[in-house]
Amino acid sequence: MVPRPSDTSAGSETPRDPGVIVSPRGRFSRLRDRRFWVRVADRLFTGATGAAALVILGIATLLVLLLVQSSYPSLTRFGFGFLYGTVWNPNQTVLSPLIFGALPAIYGTMVIAAIGMLFGVPLSLGIAIFLTELSPGWLRGGLSFVIELLAAIPSVVYGVWGLIVVVPLMATTVEPGLHATLGQLPGLSGVFAAPASGYNGFSYLTAGIILAIMVIPTISSVSREAFLVVPNDQREAALSLGATSWETTRLSVLPYARRGVLGAITLGLGRAIGETIAIVLVVGNSYAISGSLFSSGTTIAAFIATEFGEANGIERAALLELGLVLLAVSLLINVGARLLVRRGIGPVGGAE
Amino acid sequence: MRFDRDVRRKLFSHAMAIACLACVAIAILPLGDILYTSAVNGLKVLSFQFFTQNSPIPCDPRFQTGCSFGGIYNSIQGTLLLIVIAAGIALPVGILCGIYLSEFGANPLGNAARFFADVLAGVPSIVMGVVVFSLFLLLFQDGYITSDYVLSVLSASIALAFIMLPIVARTAEEALRLVPTTTREAALALGIPRYRVVLRIVLRSARSAVITGGLLAVARAAGETAPLIILNPGNLFPFAPALGLHQTTASLPISIYRWIVSPYPNWQADAWGATFVLVILMLGISVAARLALRERFGAALR
Amino acid sequence: MRSDPTAPEPRAPLPPMPPAKLRTEKLSAWYGKKRVLEEISLNFAPNEVTAIIGPSGCGKSTLIRCMNRIHEVTPHARIEGRVFLDDQDVYRQEATSVRRRIGMVFQRANPFPTMSVFDNVAAGLKLNGVRDKARLDEQVVKSLRQAALWEEVKEGLYAPGVSLSGGQQQRLCIARALAVEPEVLLMDEPCSALDPIATAKIEDLLFDLKKQYTVVIVTHNMQQAARVADRTAFLYLGKLVEFNATRELFERPKEKLTESYITGRFG
Ligand SMILES: Nc1ncnc2c1ncn2[C@@H]1O[C@H](COP(=O)(O)OP(=O)(O)OP(=O)(O)O)[C@@H](O)[C@H]1O
Ligand SMILES: [Mg+2]
Repeated sequence: MVPRPSDTSAGSETPRDPGVIVSPRGRFSRLRDRRFWVRVADRLFTGATGAAALVILGIATLLVLLLVQSSYPSLTRFGFGFLYGTVWNPNQTVLSPLIFGALPAIYGTMVIAAIGMLFGVPLSLGIAIFLTELSPGWLRGGLSFVIELLAAIPSVVYGVWGLIVVVPLMATTVEPGLHATLGQLPGLSGVFAAPASGYNGFSYLTAGIILAIMVIPTISSVSREAFLVVPNDQREAALSLGATSWETTRLSVLPYARRGVLGAITLGLGRAIGETIAIVLVVGNSYAISGSLFSSGTTIAAFIATEFGEANGIERAALLELGLVLLAVSLLINVGARLLVRRGIGPVGGAE
Repeated sequence: MRFDRDVRRKLFSHAMAIACLACVAIAILPLGDILYTSAVNGLKVLSFQFFTQNSPIPCDPRFQTGCSFGGIYNSIQGTLLLIVIAAGIALPVGILCGIYLSEFGANPLGNAARFFADVLAGVPSIVMGVVVFSLFLLLFQDGYITSDYVLSVLSASIALAFIMLPIVARTAEEALRLVPTTTREAALALGIPRYRVVLRIVLRSARSAVITGGLLAVARAAGETAPLIILNPGNLFPFAPALGLHQTTASLPISIYRWIVSPYPNWQADAWGATFVLVILMLGISVAARLALRERFGAALR
Repeated sequence: MRSDPTAPEPRAPLPPMPPAKLRTEKLSAWYGKKRVLEEISLNFAPNEVTAIIGPSGCGKSTLIRCMNRIHEVTPHARIEGRVFLDDQDVYRQEATSVRRRIGMVFQRANPFPTMSVFDNVAAGLKLNGVRDKARLDEQVVKSLRQAALWEEVKEGLYAPGVSLSGGQQQRLCIARALAVEPEVLLMDEPCSALDPIATAKIEDLLFDLKKQYTVVIVTHNMQQAARVADRTAFLYLGKLVEFNATRELFERPKEKLTESYITGRFG
């Protein structure tokens, strides 16, 4: 790739083009200088790496521009109503107008992500605390290795497992059980109401539980990193006051690492809202809003995945607008998370 | 009184340790069950032919005879094709970008690229799928005729490359940063040009970590389903297994997805076989990558 | 170990060693396979400041960290030998209660990051179940006074602890340690990150603190040891070389090694 001084400069000794006047000490004599070629190679190399860095920025820009451009018909036609409309009707008839409203998908995304976080965050933090603070040394390595493996399972596998193992379990045992217990408490009867079609296991709750498992590797590994940078003298400060190991965690480790932990949770949330195939397989894919966690629903990502293949024209634009909504939310979440994680090292406003 | 309190605190600390251990156990449980269930169901169809035959046509032994389980040959072929193209794009660009970030990136462009690489890594893969769809529509649509290329191996590979790129770039950067500054300075002091120092010395000493990062990104992309649903929804009737860039092809994740939601017994059985293969493959890559990293950078990466 | 066993014992300016508050007996410590302390036997007298000096890496920190059982939280660290507090083996008691009785101040000020000045000082009390607001207030003010910090923070008790200056943070850590009313105070190079003025403040403080506590201070700074300590122990490569009244040790070292060290010929 890089021209060698020997072969390239040899050719330039007798320039073919008579139009170019070459003085012996002129511009072309540089071509014989090895340092010149080194400089050229250096420039080329730096340029290539810089171009690669620009590609990243290019993709980021492309993402936003393309989605806005391609969802433009829907953006202009439905305006803000898109966000709170509840009907998705691509087939215009005399009685039902063509209309696209995103609320059921947005609602499902929020509910399912909330359930995922509700279970996933405490579990992940428990794991991270155990692995960095409380575990005996001999257990630590093996367990963290196994936890990291959770991240290696592709989401379609979680989906298949959820569909075949978790969905039936939810339908036969968990959901009726919750209905019979928590569902009897005042105020909770709506949340744990039996769906009209009976328990089939395809529900917000099932999807949320699968999601909880899927966010564990992200949240636990990022918060573990945050715990690992807590300086030991922070822990020792608590220990030397007579704190137990749990009290040390609560007093020193968690407060010191709080930004990092918050960043970890946010990153997990980002993963949660974007999860697609595992949700598609267990959520039931019905475009509806229901207060009961046992009803089936959909999420933005799942809805795009199930509908995109058949969509055309304005419906495709509407689906792309859903994609834009998802992108906007995920950008917001990820930018937030990165700011938190990046500045998460160390306490705020330390005097040192 | 004092004694009581101390005992209570100690017990509480132990109780919290046990609760946290329980969290670990709860997380490991699904992993175990995934392995167990996919092994039990998958081994029923796993044989040598499973790797050499194409996907079967749907068949229900209650109504038909001579049902075949077929295999995942064309699915693996498609996944490999997608991955090779995606990696062919994402690895060089990603590694170059990682080099820029670690060697020349202490400037606004570097900071922006680093930041956006992190942000891109968090963009849902389905969004990458529809964006590449729009991109191809823009590039190839001819009037109302949608070109073959919109749904194709090529578009799907590019979406996968977009997904891999930020991961490769950031892991490469981090790997290169582990090379001590003194190594660079020593080499530069010998009068070796900068590009040679980076390529021959810095990149070489960080080689295995860079490769590992690339491997993990490849594994991540190989298991992606969402962008393929949009761009390469698959070819489940491979009378002529497609390998053209403008065609769609079967792939492991899509086959699993289509098969498991189908009502056909042979497809469902195959779904488990393919799931088992995919799980073993992914765990294998992950374990190998982590072991390699640990060996090389034991202390630095814990 | 004395270089000249026949030489007459020089007269010590201090009264002879009173019964020890804290004492180590053949204390050895390891990090993994590496032995960093070798059979240290030392007595620490009540109401005195004892300094531990020695070149970097000789095991000073390890020694005091063995005494309040913080050493054992380091992975692969272990000890042999014994440590007595009031003639009771600390390794046969609850680690948490030992640490409550033997407070510690670290090289780098390490206030709890999210807590206010008040909460930092009250943290140890709250751990021990003190909930009574009046009692907490009283104890916090008392500890801040003892740490000579009260006048500087009384207007900003609820400001974050980390917003104080370095020297103030270190005194905050001293107040935090004092609040649980320990009997012994271990200080590991408490002034090494501070400017001369802040250092002088803490040194002055030590004269007050020793009226109530047994103080052990690790220091690199020999002037500091000479100024504040009643007795001084010199450690070298994990061994106790010499232990004597401070004046004695600095004016008439018995060991050649001690003499070389305090005259700055190595370390
Ligand atoms: N966590 C650890 N793991 C392994 N070795 C350690 C550890 N901490 C200290 N050491 C080793 O133990 C020896 C004594 O360390 P220690 O910190 O007690 O020395 P020190 O006298 O306090 O030194 P300094 O004056 O630099 O603080 C040193 O050789 C050090 O390298
Ligand atoms: Mg020390």
